Amino acid sequence: MQQPAIQVRNLRKSFRKRNGFRKKKSELWAIDDVSFEVGQGETYGLLGPNGSGKSSLIRILSTLLIADSGHVNMLGLTLPEQQEEVRRIIGRVSVDAAFYKKLSARENLLYTALLYGQKAHEAERHAMEILEQLGMENAKFSTPLEEMSRGMQQKISIARALMINPPLLLLDEPTTGLDPKSRRDVQLFLENLQRREGTTILLTTHDMAEAERLCVRIGFLAHGKLVAEGTAAQLMRRAGAATLDDAFIKLTGEELVEEEMVLVED
Amino acid sequence: MEATMRQTWAFLFRGYHITRRYIGWVVVFNFYALVTSATVALIGVAAQDYQLTLKLVVGALLWNYLSYLYNEIAMSIAYERWEGTLEYTFMAPVSRAVHLLGVSLFSLLNSVVTSVIVLVGLMLFTDLNLRGVNFFGVLVVLAVSTVAFVGLGLFAAVFPVMSAERGAEATHIFQGSLLLVSGVYYDIDVLPRWMQPLSAISPATYTLSACRKLFGVGNSSSTPELLAGASLSAVTHELLILALMGAIVLPLGLWAFVRIEAWAKKTGKLKRTG
Repeated sequence: MQQPAIQVRNLRKSFRKRNGFRKKKSELWAIDDVSFEVGQGETYGLLGPNGSGKSSLIRILSTLLIADSGHVNMLGLTLPEQQEEVRRIIGRVSVDAAFYKKLSARENLLYTALLYGQKAHEAERHAMEILEQLGMENAKFSTPLEEMSRGMQQKISIARALMINPPLLLLDEPTTGLDPKSRRDVQLFLENLQRREGTTILLTTHDMAEAERLCVRIGFLAHGKLVAEGTAAQLMRRAGAATLDDAFIKLTGEELVEEEMVLVED
Repeated sequence: MEATMRQTWAFLFRGYHITRRYIGWVVVFNFYALVTSATVALIGVAAQDYQLTLKLVVGALLWNYLSYLYNEIAMSIAYERWEGTLEYTFMAPVSRAVHLLGVSLFSLLNSVVTSVIVLVGLMLFTDLNLRGVNFFGVLVVLAVSTVAFVGLGLFAAVFPVMSAERGAEATHIFQGSLLLVSGVYYDIDVLPRWMQPLSAISPATYTLSACRKLFGVGNSSSTPELLAGASLSAVTHELLILALMGAIVLPLGLWAFVRIEAWAKKTGKLKRTG
């Protein structure tokens, strides 16, 4: 039997929080005994409201956060012991497209390519191909990031993650805040990528329709716990719900609506 | 090896393009460095004392070089925190030693350019004749002291990792303390007695002491027409101490940075936004 691409066992992560001046520190569990597996070439979705632990989980898998306890294995490599090796096999897209905003898309991407020890001209060609597939004009390649829309910045962010050809892609709300056209471009690209390259994708999102469209299996995360897992159909059947939205509310006792309204206001 | 060279080049590539985009501000900051140095040097000119002028010029020049080097290393990390790109640098398969080497190399180039601009500018404000200065010796001292100052820069770079909001300001406290105790513009013995031992642990103290000897400051054989710069062997003591400091401070700075990175990853302090 093929080894899972991502194996997470009893993962726990807490943060200390100070309650007011001179008051005792309390522990806030961001991830509370979470276990799941993602098969090779599978797209697995993690759904949950803000503060449910999605980003913390992605950050642990990205080697940016060290868990308190538990086991993480990614394509046979364990964290945090083999973090140097893990960094070579992962690409990450976060909700905030962090770039050197004064630099052009080309300069930002070449910097990343060099950082990964790649040849600049080969990496540039690869990045151009990815951006074309994402529906971006070549002329934008020389535009400083600060002059680009959020949708365009997010496409550059995806190109940055993919130009190193990672077998594992960690996507933390990659389409949040994008306009419908950009959102569709990104979703279509991810579908094609998964089909063509067999890339394993771990996707966190607020968007039920996106999760249903892209993910083979979905996990519901609430208050740091994985409360349910399965295909969209299995989750709806288990909750006795007609939609994934309803299944989420029934199984977690949470609603995504409030967070989505906040994002619209932003 | 080839990949490591490319990774080191990545930081020079990034630094060059960021400098290019901020070129207007770079000109302003270089102008500011020149103006502040000239202000100090003119105290000597006003006193009509070429030895004092020379002492102040050497102090201003070296302080520009060393503080710029230190500051650039620390600020490059602060800049990454502001932009939120530090996470992506930390996620890349690049060792911290290569990362900080690349950052330090670019900072070194920047410091050399600024120092040359300040030196040329100061020559316009003073009528100093630099004939007789042991320039080779000065370059050797600067090369040796650079290692220690890169180490101090790595220590200072720890602050922006600890706090994105206040870390950059904290680096200036460290810098200001070095300025106070290192005898940049005055002799160390004017400091309160209890503070004088602190000057012994600042690499700037030995850099300045050595360079002043190599410029001929305080040498009774020096004249305004021909300075009596000391030979390199006359500053062996300072060179040895600087080499020793570099050998201790550089690995210690790298160690401190790696430790604070691990701390930030445990406490979640790396997260800037999102």
